[in-house]
Amino acid sequence: MQLIPCPNCGRREEIEFHYGGQAHVPYPAEPAALGDAEWADYLFFRDNPKGPFAERWYHSGGCRRWFNAVRDTRSYRFLAVYQPDAPRPDIAQFMAAAPPVAADRASAASSATNAVTR
Amino acid sequence: MTARRLATGGTIDRSVPIPFTFGGVDYTGFAGDTLASALLGAGVGAFGSSVRLGRARGIVSAGTEESSALVQVEAPFAEPMLLATTIELTPGLAARGLTGQGRLATEPDPGRYDARHAHTELLVVGAGAAGLSAALVAARAGASVILIDDDVTVGGSLLDYAETVDGQPGAVWAAAARAELDTFPRVRVLTRTTAFGIYDDGFVLAIEHRSDHVTSTRSRQRIWRIRTQQIVLATGGYERPIVFANNDLPGIMLASAAQVYLERFAVLAGETVVVFTTNDTAYGPAFALAAAGASVTVVDTRPEISAALISGCRTAGITTKSGHAVQAALGDSAVTGVQLTPWPGTTAEPPQEVTLPCDLLLVSGGWNPVLHLFSQATGRLRFDETLATFVATAAIPGVHLAGLAAAQADLAAAFAGGAEAARAALTELSAARAEPGRHRTHSSFEIPTVVSHFALHPIEQVWAIPAPTEFADPDVRFVDVQRDVTVSELLRATGAGLSAMEHVKRYTTLGTALDQGKTSGVIGSGIVAAALGIAVTALGTTTFRPPFTPVSFAVLAGADRGELFDPVRVTAIHDWHVAHGALFEDVGQWKRPWYYPLAGEDLDAAVARECTAARTTVACLDGSTLGKIDVQGPDAGAFLDMLYTNLISSLKVGSVRYGVMCSPDGMVKDDGTVIRLADDHFIVTTTTGNAASILDWMEEWLQTEWPELRVFATSVTEHFVTIPLVGPLSRQVLAILAPELDVSLAAFPFMATRAATIAGIEGRVDRISFSGELAYELNVPAWAGTALWEAVMAAGEPFGITPYGTETMHVLRAEKGYPIIGQDTDGTVSPFDLGLGWAVSQKKVDFIGKRSFARAVNDRADRKELVGLLPVDPTVAIPDGAQLVESADITFPMPMFGHVSSAYRSVALDSHFALALVKGGRARIGQRMFAWSEESLVEVTVADAVLYDSEGARKDG
Repeated sequence: MQLIPCPNCGRREEIEFHYGGQAHVPYPAEPAALGDAEWADYLFFRDNPKGPFAERWYHSGGCRRWFNAVRDTRSYRFLAVYQPDAPRPDIAQFMAAAPPVAADRASAASSATNAVTR
Repeated sequence: MTARRLATGGTIDRSVPIPFTFGGVDYTGFAGDTLASALLGAGVGAFGSSVRLGRARGIVSAGTEESSALVQVEAPFAEPMLLATTIELTPGLAARGLTGQGRLATEPDPGRYDARHAHTELLVVGAGAAGLSAALVAARAGASVILIDDDVTVGGSLLDYAETVDGQPGAVWAAAARAELDTFPRVRVLTRTTAFGIYDDGFVLAIEHRSDHVTSTRSRQRIWRIRTQQIVLATGGYERPIVFANNDLPGIMLASAAQVYLERFAVLAGETVVVFTTNDTAYGPAFALAAAGASVTVVDTRPEISAALISGCRTAGITTKSGHAVQAALGDSAVTGVQLTPWPGTTAEPPQEVTLPCDLLLVSGGWNPVLHLFSQATGRLRFDETLATFVATAAIPGVHLAGLAAAQADLAAAFAGGAEAARAALTELSAARAEPGRHRTHSSFEIPTVVSHFALHPIEQVWAIPAPTEFADPDVRFVDVQRDVTVSELLRATGAGLSAMEHVKRYTTLGTALDQGKTSGVIGSGIVAAALGIAVTALGTTTFRPPFTPVSFAVLAGADRGELFDPVRVTAIHDWHVAHGALFEDVGQWKRPWYYPLAGEDLDAAVARECTAARTTVACLDGSTLGKIDVQGPDAGAFLDMLYTNLISSLKVGSVRYGVMCSPDGMVKDDGTVIRLADDHFIVTTTTGNAASILDWMEEWLQTEWPELRVFATSVTEHFVTIPLVGPLSRQVLAILAPELDVSLAAFPFMATRAATIAGIEGRVDRISFSGELAYELNVPAWAGTALWEAVMAAGEPFGITPYGTETMHVLRAEKGYPIIGQDTDGTVSPFDLGLGWAVSQKKVDFIGKRSFARAVNDRADRKELVGLLPVDPTVAIPDGAQLVESADITFPMPMFGHVSSAYRSVALDSHFALALVKGGRARIGQRMFAWSEESLVEVTVADAVLYDSEGARKDG
């Protein structure tokens, strides 16, 4: 049971939160002006990176506020949280500093010296 | 095996005899016994038979690592697959040995289970020498500590191995440590508690056994959900057996276990004892059993034994045979002797086989640190050649190892290691704090002086002894005695090309039994590595997963079962419904009246009567579960314009409008009414089941897309009761209830809302109809709900007012073709598919979903559309969920054109009928189709979704 750092409430149990998908995918200012492909892109297509990813989260069982977070999809660690109207942090800065838990999990899965897999 | 209880010694209470039955035979043990010790004390050493080969099984250990002594408990409550070594003896306990599989209870578990949450700075798992030291150091420094141990009291190995600490028995030191720990208000000591899983961010689950062992009204077991900042794992070690022919015979036991039975339970497990060892740790048990009167021979694989041990053996009258191994155990249902061979054998010199009689064979192949929790916490292991076992690599942040778990070689090292682990934890705690914590990073702790026989070194690495010819086929060298997995089977796996332990495990079932290979796993790795010709460390172990020991579903469910499984929501009028015989339907968490049967009525009869009342006289419903959201603010109208497909901002104050909400993909999300109470004040109603999700939907858009809008959305579902008053006579009843309200058609038109005093209660009346009949929805504060309901029943009584439930509500709305979102729709249905195109604004520049209506997929002629269905024979029911096909000749596969989403019998139509989603449905109106389900095939005519009063004449009465 992971603790998620809500920017308003602090660290809370993950069951209090709902996932909201990729962040920084704004509702188009003029949907009518978009072609079918562009509109489909907004509706259906999202990134799915391995590593730091900017996402939306909703503290539905707490302050009931939406916030954005950068989360490492390999380790599930939250690397940063910020308000929905704040700019996206530079993802590159998180690529370099792989968090320790991520390293443990990733290497545990492939380590020949240990062969502990999940 | 001639185990017997000694007249003196042990920590059992001989003044409290405890009767129990095993295998239908009556026995008596003592307070402080486990089932295993009581049985051994009574001379019972055999425990049913193995699952695959039906071989006899006995007691191997004295604790959680038991691989053999599985029992079925029958009383006080049936539970299968429990370990005799961990069941505390209680009066009336009835159990039997397992032959193969156990038996689940057929009756509900009468036990009470619960859970507690706890937060702490330091969690110490294991209360032996290392764990107690760690807890004392942290407690003295002022930290909050939880110390847990699965034994009945703290002390670990100090309780059972005749070790001396500061000149006193180890148990005395442990008791003093416990007494000191109990003086700290921020320290909690939990015994009979097993930490069985470590999860993210210091989350640890533990199970506490609370009243298995005492007659008590407390909960039987409790789950502790512990959130800790630091963890010290002082989980000790498991002694490891050695594999040889017939190594599964009853009477073969881990060396340390025999000492536990002797020291704690005063049970001498055998009179003529052979101790087979590869290391020094088995000599303590040998000395102890010899001192208790057993005749003991030690067989040691090592060519040389230390002078101190040789001299100790001589003094104790113990014969030693160094450079030998037990090649086979002899006996059929219990061990009667051993066959020895020189070790290591040489081919030049044929082995001289020696046979020794014995009734107890103790084995010690070394020790495995218990690293299950460490491994679960993503700690990595490596094989240590000198200890012949897996040990931890570098510590992981927040998790510290101490004692035997950390492969600290002896008792003195365990005391020191525990203290050191606690200091490391205190330092990390301090470092993690912005401000100084409540505790110090150091406290005084003096390492006690100890006398102990236990030392991990030196050890010879021995996994399996080659079998003598007469025992070779079939192979009876068992690596996993619970799964009957032999050395040959492991070799067959490697011979088949398997080269990873995970694959060998699944191929052979090694380590998949209840004990999860606690004692045998390392041996399996050793044998497989040798077969593959690689180092054990390169092969590794299989994965450690929670739970560490089996945990019942009952305790995981805790109190959340039966009525407490999910919260129950009832309306303010619920008690009236109960008192008047309503049957209830679960709608999400709500209990809603389903129908109100009169004497002798079934569902059909009651619903027919209720429908008739609503369509011909007057009827009323408890509609309080309807979702109600209060939307206020200067931009509320603009916001609702974006949310709904139709125009809301143009709604006049005092008016009501039906609206549809879509997702951005243009599919219907919910529908309901919007009531405008003021320029900046709306009440939005939602489907009962969508009340919470629509509020979330509003919040999502307000917070993430349009934070500039000045709008507040608040759930008011439970603030108001809502009573639809329905039927041609409803106006007359309302006139009585609200004499000051002008109820005339001209003054109070359809889709209007009026503040009113209803039966003396301030409230609101909306002229909304979900039945097509003249109807009013009465809203008053919830606390006045029952008063209003009773007033409605009283005022309506002269008119024959009839309360109705959800079944009648559904029939009435379906006759009118009103869809239920989520029942008649599934997320792929647009407003146009439902025939609600009239509710989609063409004027608005944008609203959520609008752009999607221009997608080509919305123009397809074969979109599924909502239509009505009438059976050709009106007396035949259309099966709910039936598939619609074009031919009565049912063959698979065949084209399917849609499905029945709602089906009822209609009094008004004098026919069964249904709503259905059908490809190109509206173009099929008038055509025949077939509704097929596994139960029946019904010929139907496709009709408009609105089957009753299609001109809408009835809504004005």
